[in-house]
Amino acid sequence: MFEKQYDVAVIGSGPGGLAAAIAAKEAGAQDVVVIERDVELGGILLQCIHNGFGSVIFKEDLTGPEYAYRFIDQAREVGVEAMMDTFVLDLTPHREIYAINKRDGMVKINARAVVLAMGCRERPRGALAIPGFRPAGIYTAGTAQRLVNIEGYMPGERFVILGSGDIGMIMARRLTFEGAKVERMLEILPYISGLKRNYVQCVLDYNIPLQLQRTVIDIKGRNRVEAVVSAQVDEHWQPIPGTEETIPCDTLLLSVGLIPENELSKKAGVELNPLTGGPYVDDTMQTNVPGIFAAGNVVHVYDLVDWVTKAGLLAGRHAGEYATQRRTESDRKLRVVAGDNVHHVIPEVLDPSDLEREPLELQFRVRRPVEAPVWVKVEADGELVKRKTERYVRPSEMIMVKLSPKDYDKVAGAKKLSVRVEEKG
Amino acid sequence: MDIKEEYKEVKGKYDVIIIGAGLVGSIIARRLSQYELDILLIDKEPDVGTGTSKANTAIVHAGYDSPFGTLRGKLVVKGNRMFYPMCEELDVPYKITGTYVVALTDEDLKTLEKLMENGRKKGVPGLEIISGEEMRRREPLVNPETTGALYAPTGGVSDPFMLTVAAAENAVMNGTDLMLETKALDFVVEPFSLHKKKVAGVVTNRGTFLADVTIASAGLYCDELMEKLDIKYDFYVRARKGEYYVFDKAKKGSVHNVLFPCPTPVTKGILVTTTVHGNMLLGPTAYELKDKEDTSVRAEGLAELREGAKRLVPSLEITDVIRVFAGLRAGGFLHDFIIEAPAKYWGFINLAGIESPGMASSPAIAEYVENLVREQGLELRKKKDWNPIRVGRPDFSELSPEEQAILIEKDPRYGRIVCRCETVTEGEIVAEIHSPVPARTYDALKRRTWLGTGRCQGGFDTPRVIEILSRELGIPPTEVIKESWGSNFLTRPTKDVPEGG
Ligand SMILES: Cc1cc2nc3c(=O)[nH]c(=O)nc-3n(C[C@H](O)[C@H](O)[C@H](O)COP(=O)(O)OP(=O)(O)OC[C@H]3O[C@@H](n4cnc5c(N)ncnc54)[C@H](O)[C@@H]3O)c2cc1C
Ligand SMILES: Cc1cc2nc3c(=O)[nH]c(=O)nc-3n(C[C@H](O)[C@H](O)[C@H](O)COP(=O)(O)OP(=O)(O)OC[C@H]3O[C@@H](n4cnc5c(N)ncnc54)[C@H](O)[C@@H]3O)c2cc1C
Repeated sequence: MFEKQYDVAVIGSGPGGLAAAIAAKEAGAQDVVVIERDVELGGILLQCIHNGFGSVIFKEDLTGPEYAYRFIDQAREVGVEAMMDTFVLDLTPHREIYAINKRDGMVKINARAVVLAMGCRERPRGALAIPGFRPAGIYTAGTAQRLVNIEGYMPGERFVILGSGDIGMIMARRLTFEGAKVERMLEILPYISGLKRNYVQCVLDYNIPLQLQRTVIDIKGRNRVEAVVSAQVDEHWQPIPGTEETIPCDTLLLSVGLIPENELSKKAGVELNPLTGGPYVDDTMQTNVPGIFAAGNVVHVYDLVDWVTKAGLLAGRHAGEYATQRRTESDRKLRVVAGDNVHHVIPEVLDPSDLEREPLELQFRVRRPVEAPVWVKVEADGELVKRKTERYVRPSEMIMVKLSPKDYDKVAGAKKLSVRVEEKG
Repeated sequence: MDIKEEYKEVKGKYDVIIIGAGLVGSIIARRLSQYELDILLIDKEPDVGTGTSKANTAIVHAGYDSPFGTLRGKLVVKGNRMFYPMCEELDVPYKITGTYVVALTDEDLKTLEKLMENGRKKGVPGLEIISGEEMRRREPLVNPETTGALYAPTGGVSDPFMLTVAAAENAVMNGTDLMLETKALDFVVEPFSLHKKKVAGVVTNRGTFLADVTIASAGLYCDELMEKLDIKYDFYVRARKGEYYVFDKAKKGSVHNVLFPCPTPVTKGILVTTTVHGNMLLGPTAYELKDKEDTSVRAEGLAELREGAKRLVPSLEITDVIRVFAGLRAGGFLHDFIIEAPAKYWGFINLAGIESPGMASSPAIAEYVENLVREQGLELRKKKDWNPIRVGRPDFSELSPEEQAILIEKDPRYGRIVCRCETVTEGEIVAEIHSPVPARTYDALKRRTWLGTGRCQGGFDTPRVIEILSRELGIPPTEVIKESWGSNFLTRPTKDVPEGG
């Protein structure tokens, strides 16, 4: 077996992984490797050939691959090693990585610190319990995106898209460009689940008929999809009899959400938050397993790539410091919890002494949309630490609150920090 | 399919032709392949076992329930005894788990007594009625109201589809010709004697093949073939749909036993069982229908499953479902297997109504058919070099890291993971595509390697598998199919607009 030692090993080469590798190097780690199962670096960005990337970090409107190449070039420059076409099969709590590839066969990597950056996968769940046939012509939106943008083939001509996630909306436009017809987009919720921006640019602008509070209740066609039957749902998401509509189509795309990819994390004993599907992390992006850090969609699903990059930089820096033993652990731990209308907050734990030195960001998503100004409040044991206004809040958009060293005194002695969202007025 | 003139051209001559490569036809072929016979096994579909054999409950019934005095009752008990050794020879997974019929009332206990009595008369070994308490000890999730259970230690579970592949493969290894996408459209019938005609062969879409003995083992389609020969029984074949839920292996609160509810005169009820691969399975429903192609799952069917299963296991939650599917039983009126050489023909053996427990009975069915073949005048001489052993191809995910390393060194394609959830490599896929019973469709690969059956349900592997099938079969990606004709994945290359659009 091929065996090698690294200071920092990063699993996954999406924007999260690339940023982590670069930051680890810059933090003084000598040998840094990125392990990627695909034949190219860049992660999911490579199939996102639309623009809309980099608005925060570069103040530019880049395509996915363009955004990725900036970091791939930088990683090369700083001397990050890359192992491509290499699949990580196993990870132990002692940071031993087992991977395979065609060239070296089985590979064992011992790392002083590991950064998990495996991204997320699409939920196939929407389709699983739909009655009807299981013909060809049912794809998740991301799989369709790969077929069209990477393989260069159309998975169908007449589409119904179930779910209004971002990838579904982006694919609605992409498929229309390619001369296919998107017959309908159906969303079970009373509001779209992706970004407003995508709704305007991909759905409205292309006259794609979107129906809210409807779902697919039957799939017709034995060999290839021939039609789907949709129905209105009540407040418990149950189909309402009499509202059925048969929509002829040859393809059903599912855009019903993403879940962090954490099979490896589980093997390493990393504890996962059932609300996010990702590991519990502290303010250094470290998981409960010492020396194992995590960044990007593997932690919780991000809406914008820029935040993924930032999270990667943070995780990579701390992984680098951990590997070179420049970080001294303190045992001061403060829990961060979700209050009213907050789904979850990242990080889940923080060390107040870090805040004494540098600002830190709390990231969260709301449970329910509020289309009116709200207060976002951070409280330490019930005492207000910080508050800010948001013009509206939507589950599809991540929200950030920054704490600065000024706030240190207010949180220093607290047991618990909580974030909540409150309607104004 | 219309019978075109060209189909009538004689393309070959065999001793035996078997129509239908389901598990029954395949096991018959394998059994006959030990003799000096030229055998042709045909199936209309692109893969073997795509009929009833791919979608059923997969229980190796002990045989206590099929009535005493029926052919089915006889063959299942014998089949059960022959079944596990056959799996050993063919490298097919099985588990002798024992099975339970669970009684929930005192009334049910009487039914158990009757079942046990029926089983004992037929010679089912080891039957025993255990107390409700003992049942709860063995399966803590069972309904707390359980009053007792009939335990059948020889019952088990297997993988009917892999059994079909393995049996067909072993037959091919021993000289049987297998022709897929070959549909029997009609028979060649010749005069024979005053009272009999001779079935002298089969007309297919690939030409006509002559044979001394023709065996029809067409599952649900047996009636279409019988019609051609004007064979009528006191029943007609109807499809009875059975729907199922399959759960993730990792589901919490899974049942790891085979639990039958107590049968009523109307229904056998909904089972809670575990597949040989460790997934909890609920099913089947029983719904009569006319359309033999209708394997769609009904919302009512799923509701029935949820309710039925909760009777056995009240704590059951329908979460972590990885699949719902439906299988079609070839149900007849007689409720017995028909396996015979109809009196008005010579050289023809007919199998009809082979419904549950067809899998458990299959080795005994094959033995029974062998005797009928002999009665049709064929001399059965053993081959000297018959090899009953078939060895499965390596399952990468089951190997130790050292074994995996060796495999990759021999063939680097084992170093590329194509299905991330079930850890299936390109090497395994290519091996299946070029195996004696080749997998040439996505579903054929899925059934053999379990790719695409995990958490992401094919999201990751589909583009990669299309690419591999296209390359290995030398066809454009747009011609790669999922299962049957018309199940193409892709419509066209991008950047060209469909006609008229
Ligand atoms: C379809 C789609 C469209 C998007 N559109 C936009 C947009 O318009 N604007 C925007 O700002 N953001 C967009 N995003 C969001 C943004 O692209 C993602 O949040 C970001 O790419 C996530 O980065 P990541 O590094 O966490 O994961 P990924 O980019 O998914 O990278 C994870 C990498 O890990 C690898 N990996 C996983 N498991 C293993 C293993 N076992 N062994 C080896 N390698 C492994 C994968 O192959 C992959 O390359 C989009 C996301 C998607 C999915
Ligand atoms: C819901 C359900 C649950 C079951 N559960 C169990 C169980 O738990 N235990 C058990 O022992 N048994 C069980 N069975 C029964 C078992 O599955 C069947 O008895 C068995 O699969 C029958 O195999 P077969 O080869 O006869 O039929 P099939 O698998 O249907 O094979 C027939 C083949 O013939 C081919 N064919 C048809 N017409 C033509 C033609 N004209 N030309 C060429 N080819 C043709 C078809 O393509 C098909 O491949 C169950 C059945 C069902 C439906």
